Amino acid sequence: MSDRLSRRFAECAAQDRAALVTFVTAGDPDLERGPSILAALVAGGADIIELGMPFTDPMADGPAIQAGNIRSLGTGTTLRGVLAMIRAFRLTDGTTPLILMGYFNPILAYGVEAFADAAADAGLDGTIVVDLPPEEDAELAPMLRGHGLHNVRLATPTTDAKRLPTVLSGASGFVYYVAVAGVTGTASAADADIASAVARLKAATSLPVAVGFGIKTPAQAAAVGLHADGVVVGSALVSLIGAAAETRANDLPEQVEHFVRGLADAVRTARVRTAA
Amino acid sequence: MATAALTASGRPSLRTGPDARGHFGAFGGRYVAETLMPLILELEVAYRAAQADPAFAAEFDYLMKHYVGRPSPMYFAERLTNALGGAKIYFKRDELNHTGAHKINNCIGQMLLAQRMGKTRIIAETGAGQHGVATATVAARAGLPCTIYMGARDIARQAPNVFRMKLLGAEVRSVESGSKTLKDAMNEALRDWVANVHDTFYIIGTAAGPHPYPELVRDFQSVIGKEAREQIVEAEGRLPDVLCAAIGGGSNAIGLFHPFLDDDVRMIGVEASGHGLDTDAHAASLAGGRAGVLHGNKTMLLQDDDGQITEAHSISAGLDYPGIGPEHAWLHSIGRVEYQSATDAEALDAFQQLCRLEGIIPALEPAHALAAIRRFAPGMSRDTIVVANLCGRGDKDIFTVAEALGTQM
Repeated sequence: MSDRLSRRFAECAAQDRAALVTFVTAGDPDLERGPSILAALVAGGADIIELGMPFTDPMADGPAIQAGNIRSLGTGTTLRGVLAMIRAFRLTDGTTPLILMGYFNPILAYGVEAFADAAADAGLDGTIVVDLPPEEDAELAPMLRGHGLHNVRLATPTTDAKRLPTVLSGASGFVYYVAVAGVTGTASAADADIASAVARLKAATSLPVAVGFGIKTPAQAAAVGLHADGVVVGSALVSLIGAAAETRANDLPEQVEHFVRGLADAVRTARVRTAA
Repeated sequence: MATAALTASGRPSLRTGPDARGHFGAFGGRYVAETLMPLILELEVAYRAAQADPAFAAEFDYLMKHYVGRPSPMYFAERLTNALGGAKIYFKRDELNHTGAHKINNCIGQMLLAQRMGKTRIIAETGAGQHGVATATVAARAGLPCTIYMGARDIARQAPNVFRMKLLGAEVRSVESGSKTLKDAMNEALRDWVANVHDTFYIIGTAAGPHPYPELVRDFQSVIGKEAREQIVEAEGRLPDVLCAAIGGGSNAIGLFHPFLDDDVRMIGVEASGHGLDTDAHAASLAGGRAGVLHGNKTMLLQDDDGQITEAHSISAGLDYPGIGPEHAWLHSIGRVEYQSATDAEALDAFQQLCRLEGIIPALEPAHALAAIRRFAPGMSRDTIVVANLCGRGDKDIFTVAEALGTQM
């Protein structure tokens, strides 16, 4: 494996903190400002970037990310354009892992083998395909593997002990624990439930476990960061981008960097403060 | 396909699908988020148990007879037959069912499953509102709360059905995202389901979605074809030559076709070609689409080069969907069923002709099947037997038709 991703999780673990994983939709609010937002995520302290592949029918997403998808598609974002954005990002950043997250149909339309080839070449590290459960991902997983890309799998509150081995078999990079049964950006899970779910997953896999869905504030990020190897924040960021797009704010990258810094500081100091 | 079951003629049966993983050839499957996956597997286990339980079939049959009013009649449309001057045309009268369409067959079956599974809340998507009304109906009878997702555009053009659902005690939620039609209502219903998996049963209205939905919807709707088979043999002493049905997702068509798939019967499914197949305003996913993944299954979809789903158009809200059930995609790929299309204008003409010749106001959905029959029946011999599924009545469509004809009501 290429392994920016394992290296980054190892670095964070060595600092005794969770990795901050930030999600934005590629090309949101538009193709011109998309690249500056990726740079702002890194400047603010994001450890890993999840880049959303826009899709017309994001069935697992709540209103915030749906709106991000619509904004992005409205300015003409295509999967080809997203890969070009990744390639451009890699010209100046060779270390921040980039994971593409989205739905299967755009990949299928691109051609699965052609996608894996082009994505690896552009400098992508892995994918999370929401509507491709283990039962169907033989259509994609071997091609990802063949090109050194991670196949990140999702575990959820409904993934019981009987099913967990199916999810973990063939998973790579990290396991993404969806903390709430629901769509992105809505309810938040209770700390105790997250702690026990992470413990259950870590007992079953040596992969890092990142937790997402419903984490919107530095305080929530810090609380989840006590237990998880990674903390994913998405809808809150996408909402911020949406609000700035509406007012045509010209300091959008600065706003993003500031918001991410608050989250990054929280995950960096969470365990220290608890120990003290 | 799962097994090489042979028919009397020695050919492999086409009626054994889907395979164990829910695939019909290259189509079907279970393309859902992990949160739903355990539920989909649980549903399959519950359905297998129901299939093995004679009490389930007995209750389904009882409700079909005494609540829905089945069997629906098989009617020889003599005046239409004479007007077209060719094949002998019969209608399977599923528009006479309780609630006015074939949708109730499936809703009764899924509600019985929901009750077996101990679910206490019902959700559904609807386009024309026929499935929404049928779902609200069975939910009322079961005493369960029911939420129906309906695109804002469809709410505007199907006001009578919206009011019916509310009378039946359902909550109708307007969907403002995307094209504000059936596809978006299905996205919203799936989002609701993901957030309420513990107590909610999703009654999908057509033979599409993740396995096992395409299979179980087909099985419940196959009551149409099973009855049609007996009735036409009783009337004519033999099987029909041609079956014809309109296709949006394809539940009424697969229900009519499936019991005949291994027989020497020609089958014609009719997609909605809106303003025409050469425009970008149609809903013909077989004629104008490519294989892709949406709403839990791999099937033929209207989409652009980048894999983004494009908006469908049809004057009929029930056919206004950019996909089609996976079994139809498979039957199309192997050439077993013939798929044609009819435009908005052709459907409107057929709609009016049926009103005047037979005294039947059909829904705009089966009017598409009638439009195809008006093309092919005149060229057929007088001893050719055609059975068309009149899958819904047209009361709900009179406002749309009035507007299309420029009539002030």
